[in-house]
Formats: sequence, C-alpha cells, structure tokens
Amino acid sequence: MKSNQDTTHFVAPIEETPLLATDAVKTDQAPLSLWADAWRKLRRRPLFIVSAVMILVILVVAFFPGLFTQTAPNDNCQLANSDGAPSPGHPFGFTFQGCDVYARVIYGTQASVMVGVFAVIGVLIIGVTLGALAGFYGGWVDSVIARLGDIFFALPLVLGALVVTQLPFFRENKSVWTVIMIIVLLAWPQMARLTRGAVIEVRNADFITAARSLGVSRIQSLIKHVLPNALAPIIVLATMELGVFIVLEATLSFLGIGLPGSIMSWGNDISAAQSSIRTNPAVLLYPAAALSITVLSFIMLGDALRDALDPKSRQR
Amino acid sequence: MIQFILRRLLQVIPVFLGTTLLVYFMVFALPGDPIRALFGDRPPSEAVIAALRQQYNLDQPFWVQYGLFLKNLFTFNLGVDFTGQPIAATLGRVFPVTVMLAVEALVIQAVFGIGFGLIAGLRKGKIFDSSVLLASLVVIAIPIFVLGFVLQLVFGVYLGWAKPTVGTDVSWSTLLLPAFALALVSFAYVLRLTRASVIENSTADYVRTATAKGLSRPRVVMAHILRNSMIPVVTYLGASLGGLMGGAIVTEGIFNVPGVGQKLYQAILRSEGPTVVAIVSVLVLVFVIANLLVDLLYAWLDPRIRYEK
Repeated sequence: MKSNQDTTHFVAPIEETPLLATDAVKTDQAPLSLWADAWRKLRRRPLFIVSAVMILVILVVAFFPGLFTQTAPNDNCQLANSDGAPSPGHPFGFTFQGCDVYARVIYGTQASVMVGVFAVIGVLIIGVTLGALAGFYGGWVDSVIARLGDIFFALPLVLGALVVTQLPFFRENKSVWTVIMIIVLLAWPQMARLTRGAVIEVRNADFITAARSLGVSRIQSLIKHVLPNALAPIIVLATMELGVFIVLEATLSFLGIGLPGSIMSWGNDISAAQSSIRTNPAVLLYPAAALSITVLSFIMLGDALRDALDPKSRQR
Repeated sequence: MIQFILRRLLQVIPVFLGTTLLVYFMVFALPGDPIRALFGDRPPSEAVIAALRQQYNLDQPFWVQYGLFLKNLFTFNLGVDFTGQPIAATLGRVFPVTVMLAVEALVIQAVFGIGFGLIAGLRKGKIFDSSVLLASLVVIAIPIFVLGFVLQLVFGVYLGWAKPTVGTDVSWSTLLLPAFALALVSFAYVLRLTRASVIENSTADYVRTATAKGLSRPRVVMAHILRNSMIPVVTYLGASLGGLMGGAIVTEGIFNVPGVGQKLYQAILRSEGPTVVAIVSVLVLVFVIANLLVDLLYAWLDPRIRYEK
C-alpha cells in the first residue's frame, strides 16, 4: 500500500476539524451579526481595500472631473495637434481630431459610471420586487414572473440590446437614460431569479412563522423580515452587475448604437480611435485602460463581498 | 430518459414562442413607424411605403403578422437585405465561418479553462492558485473589444505572428487570433467553475475511498475528481454560447471575419432593422436549441437530474 504524505495522525489534525471553530466562539458575548462579521473580515482583505479605494477615486473623478484636468475636453481641439505625441500638460497625447486624450478620458468617466449606477438601481427595483413577490407568494404569481423571466433569459444580452436599439423610439431618443432603460429591460430577470431563490430559502424559517403568529401581516413580514435576510447575495450580484453593465454600455457605444456621439464616453472614444489604431494606438489604449480598471474595481469588490457575505463559500 | 426529453422539449416551446414574440413585438408593433424609420431624414414616396408595408406584412393584423413571421422563420424565408440579396442565402454562406470560429473558441476556453482550473483547485491557497484567481478577475474585467484590439495590435501588427485581419482567407489557423479573443470572454468563468468544483470534489468520500484503495494520484485526479467536476462545467460551456454569439459580433468586426456577426454588425451600421431582426431571430433559435441539447447532456451525465419529479 502506498502511504500518503502523513501517516502519523490517525485522526485529522485539529485545524481541519470543526472543533477549532467551535472553540473560538466566545460564549460570554452576543454573537456578531452577519454584517458585523463580514465587515471585520473585509477590513483585513487587501482585495477589498484596493477595490474600495479605486472606486472612491473613480467616483470623485466622475463627479468632479474639473479637479483632475485644466483642459476642457472639447475646447482646445486643434487639427494642428492631430494624432500628436504626449507633451507637457497633455500626458496622453492627442486624438485624430487634435483633442487632448487625457481630458477626454477624465470627462468620459461620468457617462460610464452613471449608466452603471442607474442601471443597477433600476435592475434592483424591478428585479428585487418581482423576485420577492414570486418567491414569497408562489403559486400563479411565481409562474407568471418565472415564465416572463425565462423569455428574457433566452435572449443573450448583446443580441437583445441590438434588437431594442433598432426600435424607432430608441433610435430617435438616444441618451444616457435610454441606454439605462435598455439595460434594465434586458437584465432584470437574473436579479429576480436570485431574489426569488433567496426569499424561498428564508420564507419558511422559524422566525418568519414566529413573526406571523405575532400578528405581523404577510407583506410586512416580507419587507421587514424576509428581505433583509436575503440581502447578502443581492448586494453581491448588484456589485458585479455594475461592472458588467459598464462593459455593456461601452460595447453598445463601440458598435455605434449606444450613447450618442455627442456624449463623451470611453466606448465612443474607443470606437472613434479604431481607424487610427495602427498609427496612434495610444488614443485607443488609454480609454480602454480606464474602462478596464473601472470594471475591474467593481468585479474585485463583488468578489471580496461574496467571500465575506456568503457563509457557504467561506467554509471552503 | 425519453420522458425527460419530451418534458424538456415541451418546456422549450413557450420560451421560444415568447422570445420571438418579444423580438417581433419590439420591432414592428411599438409606437413609431418602422418603415419611415428605415429612411431616416429623407421621406420616401407613398408608393414605396405601401410596397414595403406589404413586403413586411405590416398591412395585416398583428397576430397574422407574427404568424407569417414565424412561418417565414421556420421555412428560412427571411426576406432580402437592402442590397437585394436574400438573407437566408447570405446566412447559409457565412454561418459555417462563425461555427468554425465558435468551435475553435469553445475548444480554447475548455482546454485552458479546465486545465488551469484543475491545477488551481488541486493547489488551493498556494501562490499559483491565488495568482490565477486574480488574473481571472482581470480577464473578466477587460471588455472583449479592448482585448480584440490589443491581441490584434500585439500579435498581428507588432510581432507579426498572425495576420491582423482574416478577410476572405478563412482557415483554422487564420481564425486562431479572433478565436482567442472570443474565448477569453468565458475562459475565466470556466476556470473559476472548474476550480470550485475540483475543490468541492477533492474532499468527497469517494475520492478518499479511491485513495485508500491504493489508486495512484493521477488516476484519482483524472478518473474521480476531474470527471465528477465536469458536470457543471459542461453545462456552463453550453450556456456560454449566448455570450459567444454576442462576442462574435465584436470580434468578427475587429478582425474582419466574414461571419454572421460581421453581417449583423454591417446591418447595424447601415440601420437595416429587418435584417437585424431576421439574423437575431435565427441566433435565438440556435441558442434555445443549444441550451436544450446541453440540458439533455446534463441529464445524461448526471442521472440524478433525470429522476427529479
């Protein structure tokens, strides 16, 4: 018989058994809530700290772009500077139209962040409401919402967005808000599915039965007791989706069917820089880097949150 | 098993009807005149409008319109694009190219995703594992069109290892670069799923039994851990087809691959609404059928699924 690395132990080493965790529980204090526990875990994770700081910086750039650049993004476009190399005061060089790339990257932040944040808010409102109703009430409400979600689910996100953008309404009113509407319209089912699952998991818990027997109405017990206990996975998905939606907006703008050309955004700038990719790739690479870093921060934050909030993944 | 297939087939029908109805409804029945929208700023003559209305059956009631649309879809009578070419014939010509691209991308993401995922899962918590995990987050964060341009620039233009654009010269080797760009979309998810699945199975009882009865480590890993870890991964690979189709629009545009995605991209740029809808409907059909096949494969791989209520 081939012996495996370690034959001196006849029982598992103590670190691998649940005993250690049991011993670590302090019985003389009240147990920490899920949130306090998650916060204590998060504070020590470099992934969380790095992503949170990055997001903070991105938000400041989005709301106060003037703090980061003296150059107004469109005022000083001079064709004499077309595809110009970096120079003092213009660290990223110039676009084909002679605009300052650095200023455009800074001012482009706002559109991406706005689309991401408001699309997530919209998806949360619609997805969580429908998902919670479906999971809590079950029966025909559940069937109708689940089938409706299935229909949207069978439509891949980019393909669905392609069709919606061909609608006369969306073609005539291109703006940040229509792009947000399109994303919310197509992306709510995933949030609804997740909420439904989470609500079903806690719906039959003892503390809900206790609340109901104390005379709390059904809808009140849903809002005050069921939803807060289903919140953790919803927050994790929302953070991740923020990144995904920013990518979707940039993809649509890149394809020429997202934000109108008059709005400064990374997707539009990358799309415009395509033609000069071989002569002056910097024009394409800087907004692309800004976009990737922004998405990365949200995905990293989501990953850190999931590790902290999801007890199942924590045990592994 | 036959019962399971029948039940699954029956479930597909409402989803497919619903999805096509949704697509059709959005384009042809919402407020705003789709025919006038086709012409942009210059108003066409009334005779042209009437002819187009008839061509797209817009003079019929909505349900008749939708029925005719479905009938046309199933008989591959998809109409003509703005240059007068029948869309079905064009699709027939470009579809094999996209299938080649998608297969190549699928193989790349399966080989690399499962390979790295397996190694990372077996070395959980080691440096290799944490660096692969972090790298996969970076790959997830980079949008496909950025990745496409970077690959094109580095390997096609600077290093000259591959042709930066494909053009008419379609072969497995020329499609390699766009296939890599396309594969990277889902590669990171395949990797993470394999890793999680391998970690879960590594501590399973049957793995301990296999080790205890004296099987060599490679045999335990390949026959017991990896095989059981493949079930969710295979399902995900099938479901990732939707992402691949969306990604193909971008990759084929960047690398000038004469496939379905490029046709769709051109139709979008020229604002050919009806062509876009026709192609998207065909793609949705493909996606729904592919998901059905994956579900059947899943049931075949994991007998527990078959016997659930």
